[in-house]
Amino acid sequence: MILQKKPESRLMQGNEACAEGAIAAGANFYAGYPITPSTEIAEIAARRLPETGGRFIQMEDEIGGMAAVIGAAIGGAKAFTATSGPGFSLKQENIGYAIMAEIPCVIVNVQRLGPSTGVATAPAQGDVMQARWGTHGDHPVIAFSPSSVRETFDLTVKAFNLSEKLRQPVIILLDEIVGHMRENIIVPAPESLEIVNRERPADGVDYKPYADDREVSPLASFGDGHFFNITGLFHDEQGFPTTDPIRVKNQLLRLHQKVENHRDEIIITEEFGTEDAVLTVVCYGCSARSARQAVKLAREEGLPVGFFRTATIWPFPYEKIAALTRSARTLLVPEMNMGQLIAEVERAVKGRAEVAGANRFDGELITPQEILVRIKELI
Amino acid sequence: MSRRKEIRLTGSGGQGLILAAIILAEAATREGGYVVQTQAYGPEARGGASKAEVITDSEEILYPKVTVPDFVLAMSENSYRKYGKDYKEDGILLVDSTFVREVAENGKKVISLPITRLAREKLGKEIVSNIVALGVINGIAKVVSDESLKQAVLERAPRGTEEINIKALELGLSLAREAV
Repeated sequence: MILQKKPESRLMQGNEACAEGAIAAGANFYAGYPITPSTEIAEIAARRLPETGGRFIQMEDEIGGMAAVIGAAIGGAKAFTATSGPGFSLKQENIGYAIMAEIPCVIVNVQRLGPSTGVATAPAQGDVMQARWGTHGDHPVIAFSPSSVRETFDLTVKAFNLSEKLRQPVIILLDEIVGHMRENIIVPAPESLEIVNRERPADGVDYKPYADDREVSPLASFGDGHFFNITGLFHDEQGFPTTDPIRVKNQLLRLHQKVENHRDEIIITEEFGTEDAVLTVVCYGCSARSARQAVKLAREEGLPVGFFRTATIWPFPYEKIAALTRSARTLLVPEMNMGQLIAEVERAVKGRAEVAGANRFDGELITPQEILVRIKELI
Repeated sequence: MSRRKEIRLTGSGGQGLILAAIILAEAATREGGYVVQTQAYGPEARGGASKAEVITDSEEILYPKVTVPDFVLAMSENSYRKYGKDYKEDGILLVDSTFVREVAENGKKVISLPITRLAREKLGKEIVSNIVALGVINGIAKVVSDESLKQAVLERAPRGTEEINIKALELGLSLAREAV
């Protein structure tokens, strides 16, 4: 057999695809503190951003990295940072600030084995719930978890676009496998990409950075000539603090509503064989690669097994997963943790199907064979 | 039919085996098909056991890690002990006899060559041992065409080191011709 020629493809690492995707999306600012296994993103940003007219700052620590990203975004930049495990913990307070103040930015977390410093070079999917609830309070979250190098590029572009459109921080949950893996991919041509830039207020208008009657208000850059306040406190239309219960409630509702209103645009899933499956594997991130192979092997043996992968972790695709139970009696959720997203799958199916896990948390990628064994036990 | 080929390069951190795997994967990228390259290593920059892998296939590669390799390179005693047995029945183990003193009979094909010593003696630089090893691997396993590999080496060689790297590759290829 002659291999299909793909001369235009190039070998690219997941972390590189993330950095290049960011630049393709118009990112012009990076601040951070290097940490394995995300360091290549910082290295590439340090080299590439000055070439494309952007800025790179290595900050004194993880907290400073997140703060600088917020500051740059308020100054008008498309800003991002990358971190891993312990660094993601440190960034949480400022992520909450950016959500509350509606500052567009992108935060990449290349997951490694935790808790704490764990195993710095080993893969895991242990930060799924931290991405959802790591910062305090009842906040909306958008988080993607790609499974391949090309998808990392595409979702990074999408992360920036959603961030700009909704004035909402977006999290990319990579993992050591996808971040460090190299694949030969075709990088999309820049002119083929849809790029979204935040709406800015016109000069001389009565500017409200947090208007009551808008889902998302335009964002002026500091120095543009519009005077307004930015705070992590609940605030009024001009951004000044308020404790008025009605304002507080409405602001929180609006923050959630702006994400909820765009669920269809945010949630990306793929599936096959689910219509007549007795068991469907529900997966994401690196373990989805093993899951896909396991499902392929099971189907080759004639087993009625379906495959469902979500590239969007938050907001979670509850409805789509509930729909899987029209056919499947069992949902199997492979994860590189002790069972995190499985609880959301249970919430989605409300007892209409058995939900079981296939978990690995020793720093090695879960294998197709391990998942296949679980499929055969459960089917 | 899948034509999956799995190559595992092992040794000690600092021997340049991850780079060698990247170069091999870049050479395979030039030829089309699907290519995945991964690695596993400890937190230390030098020493420790490092493992770099390349998979090529005519079909999409899902599980990205090597399961049972077709070809293993062991460039240290440690990595030989750890990975020296785990390869296909009709696979090949290549050991660098500069570091691996004794190779046990395992019923499978083993090739033992003093890769690092020859890099030092014939080229005056141990640092290109990884490229010598790449030449031997490709000479034996024919993962890609020699020309694709040469282009991939040239693309990665720092300016001013092109000549020595090509010499290293050619040394490896000629060692492979003698070995098989």
